[in-house]
Amino acid sequence: SSHEHKLNFKKSKELCLSYIQDAVLQKQWKRAAEFLTFYIESLEKDFSREYVGPSEIIWRIGTEILCHHSRSSMKEFNSFIEQMKTLRVKRYLKVCLEHAFHLLCNGLIDEAYENLSVAESWRFGEQTVIQDKEMKLIRAYRGVLDYYSWSKQKNVLMERGQDGFEDLSVEQEMHSCFRKAAVNLKEIIKIPGVWDLFVKCYVDLLEFYGDHDEARQVLNEYAYNSKFPANPNAHVYLYEFLKRHGESKKSLISALKILHDTVPSHELMIEFNTMLQKSKKRKKRRLGLKVIFAALDYAGWKENVKAWSCLARQVKQIVISEKRLYWIKQEWNSRKDWWPAFHFSRYLAKKNWQENESLSHEKALVAGILLGKDCKYFKYVSHQGCKAQVKRFRILKKFVNKHNPVYLRISR
Amino acid sequence: RDFNERCAQCSEVNWGLTDGGRFYCKSCHNVTERTREVVNTDFISNARVQTISKGLRKEEKTDGDCEWYVCEGFQLVLKKQAEALEALGVCPQMKDKILCNFWRCYLQKSKQAYCNRPAGETVKALSVCDSSTDVDSEPERPGLLHLLSLSESEGDLQTDCSFASSTSKVSASTSVCSGSVDGRFYLMKNQKENLRMTMPMTLSFCYMALLWLREPMTLSDLLRFVVEGHIPYLNVFQHFPEKMKLCGLDLKIFCVESWPAYEEVYNKMLELAAFLDLPRFPDITDSCFLHPDILCMKYLMEANLPDELHNWTCRVVKKICIGEADFLTLVPGNKSTRKVKYDVLAAAVIVVVLKLLFLLDDHYEWLLSDFAEERNKNNKEGGPYFEFKKWYKVIKCSLDVEQKKLDEERAKYLWRCEKPLFYSAKKKSKVLKRRQMVVNLQNQFGKLCGSVRPAEKRNPSSFQLSWSEEDTNGSCFHGHSLKGILQEKCGLLTAMNPDYWLCTVKLCTEKLCGHLAHYREVDFPQSYHFVLRLFSFLLRIQPSYIHDEVCMIEHKLFNKRLCKKPKYNRGLRK
Repeated sequence: SSHEHKLNFKKSKELCLSYIQDAVLQKQWKRAAEFLTFYIESLEKDFSREYVGPSEIIWRIGTEILCHHSRSSMKEFNSFIEQMKTLRVKRYLKVCLEHAFHLLCNGLIDEAYENLSVAESWRFGEQTVIQDKEMKLIRAYRGVLDYYSWSKQKNVLMERGQDGFEDLSVEQEMHSCFRKAAVNLKEIIKIPGVWDLFVKCYVDLLEFYGDHDEARQVLNEYAYNSKFPANPNAHVYLYEFLKRHGESKKSLISALKILHDTVPSHELMIEFNTMLQKSKKRKKRRLGLKVIFAALDYAGWKENVKAWSCLARQVKQIVISEKRLYWIKQEWNSRKDWWPAFHFSRYLAKKNWQENESLSHEKALVAGILLGKDCKYFKYVSHQGCKAQVKRFRILKKFVNKHNPVYLRISR
Repeated sequence: RDFNERCAQCSEVNWGLTDGGRFYCKSCHNVTERTREVVNTDFISNARVQTISKGLRKEEKTDGDCEWYVCEGFQLVLKKQAEALEALGVCPQMKDKILCNFWRCYLQKSKQAYCNRPAGETVKALSVCDSSTDVDSEPERPGLLHLLSLSESEGDLQTDCSFASSTSKVSASTSVCSGSVDGRFYLMKNQKENLRMTMPMTLSFCYMALLWLREPMTLSDLLRFVVEGHIPYLNVFQHFPEKMKLCGLDLKIFCVESWPAYEEVYNKMLELAAFLDLPRFPDITDSCFLHPDILCMKYLMEANLPDELHNWTCRVVKKICIGEADFLTLVPGNKSTRKVKYDVLAAAVIVVVLKLLFLLDDHYEWLLSDFAEERNKNNKEGGPYFEFKKWYKVIKCSLDVEQKKLDEERAKYLWRCEKPLFYSAKKKSKVLKRRQMVVNLQNQFGKLCGSVRPAEKRNPSSFQLSWSEEDTNGSCFHGHSLKGILQEKCGLLTAMNPDYWLCTVKLCTEKLCGHLAHYREVDFPQSYHFVLRLFSFLLRIQPSYIHDEVCMIEHKLFNKRLCKKPKYNRGLRK
């Protein structure tokens, strides 16, 4: 609160705005609405030359309040937004777009579609050119909604097709939706950007109609064109596509390799490791080991049995073959300082044993090899396991004991 | 008059002149394309007489508007303000005699009326100097609306707005740069000799009139009433008659977007008084409300301080001779004496007294309070002794609440009024649409918060804080006794506090930096700041103004000592 006694319009409205912001931050919607009513007249600064943005402030804050206030309805919100659209021509399309989002979030898909269509037909001199990007987005989202309709109709047809019925009108409509969607989606993904949603929809359409080449090209562009921002999802989509179409292991691996480089903790890493372990090439198998170790560096994987079993399997295999122990050594070198506390503490031993026997089993194997049979984790788990007379733990104990010298070689 | 063609529509020869300098037929209101090219002083001056002598019932133009001058606008403003003051209890003399005469005097001195010579330069080739009409020296007509004489011709009704380009975005071709006839001139005139009228100056006029009549309203009261809406100021133009259209540059003149500051209004008042060559104002004697003795009493009550402090304030006032009529009375034009701000002065006296008694060094006042508390325990007869701590708690609480209310009110202030304004006719529809939207949005969100309209206007009251002795929770300190902090010495009660600290050892030269001292909160004790804050709230001025006065008083009070011992230090015995 200011004790400034000189007060003018500008300061008065700044003060008012600060009250609004406080109220919004504290989620006091009634109070925020109250102060907003006093702020609104700042739209009327007709006889001053500056126009700093009360209209944008009112749009954004008004939206917040109407979204959260218990007594506001969708109807009120719509009427408010319509006013905001007329308020500032330079922002017209942006407001339309956000309005559509809001409608979608409230499940009003048809209304959203209508809004987007209306916005699409808007023309306003040079503003239409200036707001070209927003226009493309509007078309793109309308394209998504067209895709959604297409998808619904496709499902209808598939069901009916099974019953032996054929519905020509539905089919025609479906195709028309496809055309509408395709044209707009294709446009936007040409522009560098993050367009996961659009790409997915478009590729789905292309695949359905059998245009695999186009689909592949789109995905490649999206993943490899350096003008586009780096996007791990692009590689995921490409990989999934290649998998669907039975592409060679080589291309699959190269797609996933980039993913490993950018997002080592990605969930596809298990699949990647599995693929690599099966490879005949030594380099690939080594990469597999690297991949799985890297994944387990991340806290999100700590309790993932599958991941640990991949690692355990590979470690076991290497140990048994007694070849390539240096692979393990190299991976372990950078981890031996912190993995023990991170994965193999006594606390975790207890916890894992209590909560997830299989997890503890896999981890114990890895621990036993990497840290030796005397390490806390292995000792505890194997002891518990043998006490409970679970067969696999006895096998585990034997295995680790047998291969203990390996630990010594690794740890040097 | 020179234009003798017959009107194309009605064949009459009865021409008048539009704002745009075009001839129009008065019979059928047909506007021609002919513009006035020939200079004819008679024509112009006669037209002026004609228009002005009819007051506001001007010649009808095609769209029902009339010509009006900026000073007429201000006249209306003053009229409204005077009426409001009357409604608040000011004597009616103020409006009809004092203010009216001040205003006329101003118009005369600034050569906007009541004189026979033109004021200001004219712009173009129109030589419009001597209008040969007579000076009208008629006595006052009832009411302020009828200006009798002519003013000089501000003549140039041409549409060349090049000189006004810095102030508006009106293009040269529009014929309406302002709804008033002389709006442009008002803003661009060289105003060194003349004192150009502004909206804040209307308040200076009001205050000057109040001061002349020695009414019981200080400047801070006046300004507070303005902010609270009891005196028209913001959007006062909505009371202009329909025919007086405001647009363009008029907006710059009549639409305010800020509250007038105390200093601004006060200094303008002094300038005005000097400009009008006013004589010495009626004496401020010790029975006047504005006299420090009386104002101190009022503020002591409002600040919830013991009545007994009044003795002390009177003593200080007497000692430094600020209760003398010569000191207090305004003598316009006399640059040597420091002008008195009665409200600030009274507040500062109280602050000095508090410092004398309590020291206010964030230490002593609390000790003294504890001491008084102790004595209070044994105090059976009479009223309780005043305890600074208790007073502080009560006041701080109230002050915080009131300050918070005030801050919220400020944030909720609505500046726009029903009557929309626009620069030019072109913008009109846009403005109206915008207004409609604003009203819609206000309604929409207003429904969401339950109550739609802002808080009720406060009732006009001289006192912002009031304390009643009937409050059982003991939160009224008026009747408390100072005995708890005084001691007897030679039969007299004197303060126990032997020390005093000066706010500043050396006063600044006011003429150079505008202040006697520079106040920074961090440099001074919290208690002192608190006391300043209290009066700052009551008077709605910055604490530094009060601090300045406090410095001034202290230097007067300890003048001898300061002169004697140039190396002054703390610990001065009274």
